[in-house]
Amino acid sequence: MSEPILQVKKLNKYFKTKRGLLHAVDGVSFDLEFGKTLGVVGESGCGKSTLGRTIIRLLEPTGGEIYFEGKDITKLKGKALINFRKNIQMVFQDPFSSLDPRMSVGQIIAEPINLHKLAKDKEDVERRTLELMDTVGLAQRWYGSYPHQLDGGRRQRIGIARALALKPKMIICDEPVSALDVSIQAQILNLLKELQETRNISYLFITHDLSVVYNFSDDIAVMYLGKLVEKAPAEELFRNPIHPYTKALLSAIPVPDINKKRQRIILEGEVFSPINLPDECRFRARCNLRFDMCAKHEPELKEVEPNHFVACWANN
Amino acid sequence: MVKEKLVLEINDLVVNYETDNGTVHAVNGINLKLKQKQSVGIVGETGAGKTTTALAILNLIPQPTGIIKNGTIIVDGKNMLTISESDLRMMRGKGVSMIFQDPMTALNPVFTIGEQIAESVRIHEGVSNKDAMQRAIEMLEIVGIDKDRAYDYPHQLSGGMKQRVVIAIALACQAKLLIADEPTTALDVTIQAQVLELIRSYREKYDTAMILITHDLGIVAETCDEVAVMYAGVIVEYGTLEDIFNRTKHPYTEGLFNSLPNIIERRSKLTPIPGMVLDPTILPDGCVFADRCSYVIDTCRTTFQKDIAVSDTHIVRCSRYQEPGFNIKRMIA
Amino acid sequence: MKGLRKERGSSGFWGEVLKEFKKNKGAVTGFIVFSLIVLVAVLAVFLLDYKTQITKINIPEALQPSSWKHPFGTDQFGRDILNRILYGAHYSLLIGLCAVTISTAIGSMLGIIAGYFGGLVETIIMRTMDVISPIPSVLLAICIASAFGQSLISLMLAVGIVTVPAFARVARASVMSVREEEYIEAAKAIGASDINIIVKHVIPNSLPPILVQATMRVASAIIVGSSLSFLGLGVPAPKPEWGGMLAQGRSFLNTSTNMTLYPGLAIMITVLAINLIGDGVRDAMDPKLKR
Repeated sequence: MSEPILQVKKLNKYFKTKRGLLHAVDGVSFDLEFGKTLGVVGESGCGKSTLGRTIIRLLEPTGGEIYFEGKDITKLKGKALINFRKNIQMVFQDPFSSLDPRMSVGQIIAEPINLHKLAKDKEDVERRTLELMDTVGLAQRWYGSYPHQLDGGRRQRIGIARALALKPKMIICDEPVSALDVSIQAQILNLLKELQETRNISYLFITHDLSVVYNFSDDIAVMYLGKLVEKAPAEELFRNPIHPYTKALLSAIPVPDINKKRQRIILEGEVFSPINLPDECRFRARCNLRFDMCAKHEPELKEVEPNHFVACWANN
Repeated sequence: MVKEKLVLEINDLVVNYETDNGTVHAVNGINLKLKQKQSVGIVGETGAGKTTTALAILNLIPQPTGIIKNGTIIVDGKNMLTISESDLRMMRGKGVSMIFQDPMTALNPVFTIGEQIAESVRIHEGVSNKDAMQRAIEMLEIVGIDKDRAYDYPHQLSGGMKQRVVIAIALACQAKLLIADEPTTALDVTIQAQVLELIRSYREKYDTAMILITHDLGIVAETCDEVAVMYAGVIVEYGTLEDIFNRTKHPYTEGLFNSLPNIIERRSKLTPIPGMVLDPTILPDGCVFADRCSYVIDTCRTTFQKDIAVSDTHIVRCSRYQEPGFNIKRMIA
Repeated sequence: MKGLRKERGSSGFWGEVLKEFKKNKGAVTGFIVFSLIVLVAVLAVFLLDYKTQITKINIPEALQPSSWKHPFGTDQFGRDILNRILYGAHYSLLIGLCAVTISTAIGSMLGIIAGYFGGLVETIIMRTMDVISPIPSVLLAICIASAFGQSLISLMLAVGIVTVPAFARVARASVMSVREEEYIEAAKAIGASDINIIVKHVIPNSLPPILVQATMRVASAIIVGSSLSFLGLGVPAPKPEWGGMLAQGRSFLNTSTNMTLYPGLAIMITVLAINLIGDGVRDAMDPKLKR
């Protein structure tokens, strides 16, 4: 096993709300290996975006540690933090609000180059910008255009080019394709994959779309109300889901194939918000396997099969 | 043979939007027929004209920019485009009702959800306030919301529950035709499964016909009998689930399938459709898909594409099927 | 390489605003009228002699009706009303523009800081604004005038300071909505500092509502300035400020309507022109029209 690029240990992020403490990310631990992709799946409000933002330190962690290439980055401040950010970049969900509408395509991509003074002079900035546009498949003629003149797919390419400008070792992709049409979605996924192959970039791929994550990730972590409930290699997770939530999630994906009819598990109830949680399994209220143990303590993530981790009393 | 009564018949519908940047050709001559109990999925990407078609059925095209240039829309024997304003109001809700995409904005924040369902009943059935409220509570039970919540305001409900209320409003008058415009796009997968199940069981009970608009082929496979694949305001392929999923004919439909991340078989690379969606202000002479099609030949760009019947149920708009032996190569998982 | 920047659609936001503005007939009319007023104001200062043509008393010709020699007639001291109105234009414009410049600069800076950083900084700034905003401009003008003497500058300051809170509030609201945008987060992620983000992203994106507010406020500042002069607190006589001229004419309403009619018209036309421009700017920047 190679040295992990990112290690997250018991990471917490709580928010104070009027109704109490919201456990957005609650004791999350995982490793991400060099050049690999970890998919984080979950429904809205499960804390997956908060997790990504806490790792890149856009949000301050409440507790726990983050190691990048073996170095503790949890407490970095000021210049050190800015320098660290060169290594991890982020691609955002909404290609409409993640680009400054007052800046041209060229200016947006050039911004990180200018901020970190990576170029010798103006000519060099322009050359690098055009190179990046080429890398992500944006035609040069868009250089002077403004984001609103471009469609969603091209805008997402701008976002990717901006993230690539600093030659990061790792990119956090926060639902990078969920705002795009399927045919465009495939283009962007292929581009990300290509970049991984040529530049050996590691991805933390956050999404609610299981079919996308399956196609894209090496490992998949399933998140529910701020906690990881299951983590396994992609094929293993889809072949042999163990946690009842993962099972329901997988069975709920509508499959575009009329020849394979599947049994669907329909969960009762809704996701509630993780405020002031008692010490019990958070999935208990919706679970079809629940028994008395589930109400007593919160289950921890345990390795039930090699590389397959599950947090569930019923499978312990 | 007695001709079966149609719930919906759309003939050669053309809808344009006049904007500052030119005329947007949103819908360019579509035909659609729907029988009782039947459900049709309209599949396509952003800007394909799916929602415009739905709004046209209700005669609700946004004014003044939207213009219905041509066509007839007959719902339950009445032409929605020519009937009087008061008949039209009756038809909306009683004849056709619509479930909108965004449950967050479809509800009025200052009325309780019970009142909002009751209002729809009162308008169409002319019953007393008390009876309407009674019906509203029944409807809430049908969509699986506890009757105590009838006096809650929309902000007190979660997204999934709001969408159930929106559905309850749409179903309250037992319309003959239900149009669901991306009813689950704003919802999580597990909630989506609940909502789809709800719509399915309701339709079974009341024999409602449905048009389901979606970009998700998976949802179509699980809820519809027939499929219309739309691209740039045109239905490029129409057929039963079998026709579309197993005997795919149109290159665009093929492209849609191939660009989906496949969860049955994990592949390393996806096959996207090259290029971008057509500029909607330009109406090409030939095939709307020619620019992105990998089977394109010169005549595709110059000749107007006509519907070609592959079988009794299957129609494709691709002139290359007039060539003997032409077929696309769909990768079937 | 250079050509790339000039390619299709490089008009950007401001180019589009200009395009929208040009489509608005009222706004263009307002702009033309306002430009003429500015031109007249500048020319009048250079071409008319203050001593002989504006303030020189000529009692024999007092209170004359309109004639070829004096198109707008004369006032009670025999001074030509047309000359005085033309010369007086620059007072009103200066008060309006300078006062608004002062308040826009101070107000939006405070608002941007409050909106971006939030927390205690915000509380201190916004509460201070709450204290300032209820002070009547007339009262403040009296204080400033008594402290520094009655002058054009005190008038500008008085009118300017009173409108600072309005700008601070608009700027803060605007910044707070911009702050939530994902591109701010994106800028942080690529390593931009707070100053960088404020200058490059926050200010350009929160500018539209501030600019609309500024244009609209010019008109009201002119009215407040004239009112203060009317009350004798503004530009001191014999300087021909329009509000002051109105005040003088008040006593002669029965004998000469010219003395009140023309200064009043001058104020009205100027304010109307500016309001038309303001409406045009607002409509052109309306986010509903965008995208």
